[in-house]
Amino acid sequence: MEPISAILHALPWDQILIQTLNGIVTGMILALVASGLTLIFGIMDVVNFAHGELFMLGAYIGVVVMATSGSFWLALVLSTLVVAIIGAALQITTLRPLLGRDPLTTILATFGISLVLQNYALWQFGPVARKIQEPITGRFSLFYLEYPWYRIVIAVLSGAIIGGFWLFLKYGTYGIWIRATTQDRVMAQAMGIPVPWVHTAVFAIGAGMAAASGVLFGPLVGVNHAMGIDWVLRAFIVVVVGGMGNLGGSIAASIFISLLEAYASIWVDPAQAVIVSFVVLILTLLFRPTGLFVPTPK
Amino acid sequence: MALAPPIDAPVPAVAGREGAPAALLRTQGLTVRFGGLTALDNVDFEIARGEVRAIIGPNGAGKSTFFNCLTGVLRPSAGRILLNEENITGLPPNRISQKGIARSYQVTNILPNATTLENVRVAAQSRRHGWSMLRHHGAYRDLIEEADAVLQSVGLRGKADELAANLSHGEQRNLEIGIALATQPRLLCLDEPTAGMSAAETHDTVALVRRIAEDLTILIVEHDMQVVMGLARRITVFHYGRVLAEGSPADIQQNPRVQEVYLKT
Amino acid sequence: MTGADASSTLVEVEDIHTYYGKSHVLHGVSLWVGRGEVVGLLGRNGVGKSTTLKTIMGLVRPSRGRVRFEGGPITGMPAHRLARIGIAYVPEDRRIFRLLTVMENLRTGLDRRGVSEARKHELTDKVFAYFPVLAERRGQPGGTLSGGEQQMLAIARAMMLEPKIILLDEPTEGLMPRMVSQIRDIIEVLHREGVAILLVEQNVPLTLQASQRIYIMEKGSVRHHCAASELRVDDTVIHQYLGV
Repeated sequence: MEPISAILHALPWDQILIQTLNGIVTGMILALVASGLTLIFGIMDVVNFAHGELFMLGAYIGVVVMATSGSFWLALVLSTLVVAIIGAALQITTLRPLLGRDPLTTILATFGISLVLQNYALWQFGPVARKIQEPITGRFSLFYLEYPWYRIVIAVLSGAIIGGFWLFLKYGTYGIWIRATTQDRVMAQAMGIPVPWVHTAVFAIGAGMAAASGVLFGPLVGVNHAMGIDWVLRAFIVVVVGGMGNLGGSIAASIFISLLEAYASIWVDPAQAVIVSFVVLILTLLFRPTGLFVPTPK
Repeated sequence: MALAPPIDAPVPAVAGREGAPAALLRTQGLTVRFGGLTALDNVDFEIARGEVRAIIGPNGAGKSTFFNCLTGVLRPSAGRILLNEENITGLPPNRISQKGIARSYQVTNILPNATTLENVRVAAQSRRHGWSMLRHHGAYRDLIEEADAVLQSVGLRGKADELAANLSHGEQRNLEIGIALATQPRLLCLDEPTAGMSAAETHDTVALVRRIAEDLTILIVEHDMQVVMGLARRITVFHYGRVLAEGSPADIQQNPRVQEVYLKT
Repeated sequence: MTGADASSTLVEVEDIHTYYGKSHVLHGVSLWVGRGEVVGLLGRNGVGKSTTLKTIMGLVRPSRGRVRFEGGPITGMPAHRLARIGIAYVPEDRRIFRLLTVMENLRTGLDRRGVSEARKHELTDKVFAYFPVLAERRGQPGGTLSGGEQQMLAIARAMMLEPKIILLDEPTEGLMPRMVSQIRDIIEVLHREGVAILLVEQNVPLTLQASQRIYIMEKGSVRHHCAASELRVDDTVIHQYLGV
C-alpha cells in the first residue's frame, strides 16, 4: 500500500485534471476532422491527403467572413457550406474520373490538391498568421487557471455535429443510401442508389466537417497556410487506430490519443508529446492492425 | 511423325516397380475448418506416380481448398499430407515447391513486363542453390537452355522474346503451365487451366497437357467435362468437402450419386 | 425456336462478348426474355451464366454486342439507372446489406422518386405476407439471418423495386430442400404477377418446372434453346451440357 499511496500523492492532480479537459477538447476537434476522413475512406476507398487543407481553407474562410460580418457563428455556418461545395466540385472533377483505378492515383490526386490549396492560401493571405476572435470570452476558475468557456463550447459543438450526423446516418433516408453504399457499392447500384452522387455527397460532408473544425479551432491558434499538416497527420493516426471506415472507433481513438498526448505534455514538451501518438500507431499496426476499437476479425 | 491420339482417349498411367503404381501423394483425414464451416471433411486421397487425375465437383465442394492445402497456402485443421511418404503438412509454399509440387493458378500469375523466356527462366532459377550477384544472367547458359526446352514443350518457343503481357490469353495460360514446369515438379497441380479459353485454345491446352503428362504426375481441377474426360485416367468427385466418388471416367459418368449432385435431381 | 417478337420482348441480349481482363468469358451470347416470361439459363460452373446476368445489369461492360430493354438500347448504362427502369438483380451470393436491418434492406429499394408512403407500406406488407420470417426479423441486422432467410431477403429487396424483370442467379444454391420448394413457390407467385424472370440455375428439375423456355450455355455461348416442355431431366442434351 505504501508505495502506491506515495505515487498517488506525487501525481500532480490539478495538472492532470486540466490536461484531461484539454485532451477531451482537442480530441473532439480531432474527432470531427477524423470522422470526415474515415467516412471518405470507408465509402470510396480514397485516402484524402487534402483533408488538412480543407480544414485550413475552412479556417481562412472563417477569417474572411468574420472580418466582413463580425459574426463567428455566421462564419462557422458559411465556411462549412462553402467548403462542402468546393469539396463536391473537387470530387466531381478530379476524383470521380479516377474511380476504380489504382488507389495510388487517388492518393497522388488528393496530395496534389493539398499542395494547390496550401500555396493558394499562402498566395492569397500571405505568410502572417490570422486570428479568429473567439465568440465567447468568459472563463471559469479551475485550480490555478482561468479556463476559457470557449473550449468547452468547442467540445460540445463538435460532439453535437458528429452526433447529428450519426443520427442522420441511422435514421435519415439518405443515411441508408450512405450506409448501403459503404457496405456494398455494387449492390447499392443494383438497388437504384446513384452511387456516384452518394460519393460526391459524402466527400462534401467530410469536407464540411473539416472546415467546421478549422473555424472552431481558429481562435485557439493562429490561422496559417500550414495549419492543416499537423492535424491531418494526427487524423490519419486516428483513422488507423480507430479502424478504417469506423466512425465510432475514430471518435474513441481521437479522444484516447488526445488524452495520452495531453497527459504526456505534463512531463515533456508538448511538441514531443506527439511521440506518444506515433507509439500508439506503431503498436496498433503491430498487434491490432484493423483498429484498436474494432472487434478482432475471426 | 505419329499422329496425336484423339482427344477422348485418356492418358495411361506410368506403372511403378513390380507393375503396381506407387502412391506419389497421399492425404489422411485432411480437414479444414473456417470457424463453423467445414471446407474439407476428413479427406483420404491418393494419387499414383505418373497418373493424370481430375478433381471435379460443384461450387464450394472444397476443390480449391484442397489445392491450397497441398501447395502450402493453407494449413489444415487436421490430417496429414504425405509426399512420397514424407510428411509435408503445414510446410510453407516455398518449401513445398522445393519438395516438388508446382501449381498453376486460376487467375494468371505471370510477370507481364518480362519476356516469355525470362518468366520461365526465373522459375528454373529457383531450382538452383548458390547465388552470385556478380555474374550476368546471360552467363547461366544451362538455365537458358532449360527454359528454352520448357518453352518448347508448352509450344511457346516462337514467342520467347515476346513480352508476356502481349501474349494472347490462351498463350498466357500455357506460359503459366510452363512456369510451373520449369521448377521441375514431381506433382503438377493445374487449377482450371482452360478457364476463359475458346474452343480452339482449349484443344491446344489439352494437347499440351497430354504431351507433358508423359513423365509427370498431374492433378487437374476442371469444370469443362470434355477436358476432364479426355485427359483423366481417374476422376475424384468432391462434394461438400468430402470425396463423393472416385473411379474411371466411365464409372463416374454412370454413378447415380454423381449425376444427382450435378443435376440436383 | 423463332426469334424475338419486338412488341413482347422485354430484354434482348445480342452477340455479347465480355472479357475479364484477357479472359474471354462470353463468346457471343444471344438470348431474349419476353414480358412476364420465366426463362431458364442452365449450364455448368464457369460457363458464363452469372457474367451474362451481370452484363445485362450493367455491372460488367461487354466489349462487343448489344443489350436492349423494351426495345431501347441499355448497353453500358449504369446499374442504378437500370434498377430504376425496371431491372432487378439478385446475385449468386445474395449480397444483402449485412449491417442494415431487414427493414432497412427493403428500404434501399423503396426510397425511389414517385413512390407514395401508402404504396411503400403496401409493398412491405405484401412482401411480409409472402415471407413471414422476414416480418418476424424486420429489426434484425441482415448478417444475423440464416442462408435461406438471406436469400428470401435478397428476393424481397428486389421486389421492392417493382421490377419488370428479375435476374435471379442460382437462388437455390446451398439451400435445404424445404427452402428450395419455397423458392419455387416465390418464382411461381412472381410469374403470376406478371414479373419476368431470367433464372440462372444448376438445379435442373426446378428450372424445367418453373420456366417456359430454356437456354443452355457452355464455354461462354448458348448451345441449346428450346421450350421447357420439350426437355426432360434425363434428356441427352441435359447430360451432355450439365452432367458428367
